[in-house]
Amino acid sequence: MAFSAFATGTAREQVPRRKSRVALLLLLPGILYLVLFFLVPLVSLVITSLQAPSAFGDVGSYQTAFNWNNYVVSITQYGDQIVRSFFYAVLATVFALLFSYPLAYFIGVTARPWPLLQNLMLVLVIAPFFISFLLRTLAWKSLLSDESGFVTGLKALSLLAPDAHITGTPVAVVFGLTYNFIPFMTLPLYAALERLDTQYLEAGSDLYARPSTVFRKVTIPLSMPGIVSGVLLTFIPAAGDYVNASREFLGGTGTAMMGNVIESNFLILLNYPAAASLSIILMVVILAIVTAYVRRSGTEDLL
Amino acid sequence: MTVQEGLVIASAADAPHPPRARRAQFSLGSWLLPVYTALALIFLLIPIAYTFVFSFNNSLKSNISWRGFTLDNWTNVCNAQDVCAAFGNSILIGVVATVVATALGTAIAIALVRYRFRFRSAISLLLFLPMATPEVVLGAGLASEFLGAGVQKGIGTIIVAHIMFCISFVVVTVKARVSSLDPALEEAGRDLYGSPAQVFWRITFPLLLPGIIAAALLSFALSFDDFIITSFNSGSATTFPKFVYISAARGIPAEANVIASAVFLLAIVLVIGQQVTAASRRKRLTRVG
Repeated sequence: MAFSAFATGTAREQVPRRKSRVALLLLLPGILYLVLFFLVPLVSLVITSLQAPSAFGDVGSYQTAFNWNNYVVSITQYGDQIVRSFFYAVLATVFALLFSYPLAYFIGVTARPWPLLQNLMLVLVIAPFFISFLLRTLAWKSLLSDESGFVTGLKALSLLAPDAHITGTPVAVVFGLTYNFIPFMTLPLYAALERLDTQYLEAGSDLYARPSTVFRKVTIPLSMPGIVSGVLLTFIPAAGDYVNASREFLGGTGTAMMGNVIESNFLILLNYPAAASLSIILMVVILAIVTAYVRRSGTEDLL
Repeated sequence: MTVQEGLVIASAADAPHPPRARRAQFSLGSWLLPVYTALALIFLLIPIAYTFVFSFNNSLKSNISWRGFTLDNWTNVCNAQDVCAAFGNSILIGVVATVVATALGTAIAIALVRYRFRFRSAISLLLFLPMATPEVVLGAGLASEFLGAGVQKGIGTIIVAHIMFCISFVVVTVKARVSSLDPALEEAGRDLYGSPAQVFWRITFPLLLPGIIAAALLSFALSFDDFIITSFNSGSATTFPKFVYISAARGIPAEANVIASAVFLLAIVLVIGQQVTAASRRKRLTRVG
């Protein structure tokens, strides 16, 4: 089932043994909860996205309608932000993959003879999870600000124009997204590489394949499940994120993503139909990309 | 911790350990790979070190430039009252959401592994989708439901939202544990005339406990660090992440760094403690076996 697309290490399934009312009793509360607070909200989002402003209402008051035009307005008005979201998310995913693969390879394959070292390095990889996401991002904001040693150093070395900035630019936003989601990429890659049978690599080199060929023809295909889950786990939250791109964090005026627009429409402008239609667009595009990606990477049985 | 982070941890915790390689594979990396790994890990830790160092900053209103070392922020955390109140709210929300989500999720996990029922794949999909949905969509959806129903947003609605996104992670984490349980143990209990309740509380539950604890810790971590879903459903109530977001514009007080650093240290101690006990248990098992 769909779970395995994400959970690279699925436990072996036991044959379900009994048929009983107990099952219903166990399932009902939780499933009902998810229906009520996950499924119904999605339906409510669809309904909201089609609402029209009330004839004599205040700002923020809407009535049920079939105003499909909301979607057209959202796409034309926020086309830039929609494209930017997916562009930034793709870049962050690619950078995170390039950053994480060697790291995960070292922890999962090279360090195998030293389990304690492996575990210690894994703890370091997930360590950023234990400190507030927002504070992590704010730390980068300070470290990359115009007054920081890093930026003044780059300017002294003429690697950066004297009037250039890093914070507030797309570079900073993509950097922030990449940094924040690296562990999402590293852990599934590690889980896949940890189970890689090194005898296959030896077989490849015994057959006179060059190390690069072994890597391309053996290591990459065998770690594909990890790559697929890592890419999905990075891409989905990155596309919907609005903290990195927001102006108080790493973004600037020209870096707003879909999340920023949804947030401001919902919480500040009280334009609920616009926020809802953008949310639905985000969800549909993500589901489409995820399905297409999983099909293409040859793991269609995963979804 | 954001929603998808939980999934990463849950799936990695779930990975079975392969037989160890007998020979070290050193031809591939030589020295380049270890050096890269060390640098990469240092890079990941930079913002943590920054947050920790600036928790000792003798700052005024905003905590941006270094003004000298002090312990005042650590000894008088509640000087910045808003931070402490927000932190208290986060703890309350985290505890309630964790208890409810762990109970609901554990029940589902047991049912999924142990019982046959119809609509199995529909239920799996319903459990999977919240983890694959961007947080903005989860937050906006719930907020529009509350809006439509005329519910006043506050701590209650935050708890409702957190339980929702924690359930799936509890299911994933506990399910792995249920699957690895030997049914013969429960059969033995039944053969010895244990009532279903006795078998569950004396045999099944203790065996599942490590998985349930892991799921609870994961839920708490997810709830504690959630910002996006919270911001859509909080109304005027603040949590620790929401406080940080709001005060980002005018400057974060150093006390926020203190709280984040303290939580970080506690989490690291818990994780390393768990690693050490797991390692010693493995050693004991191999000695016996």
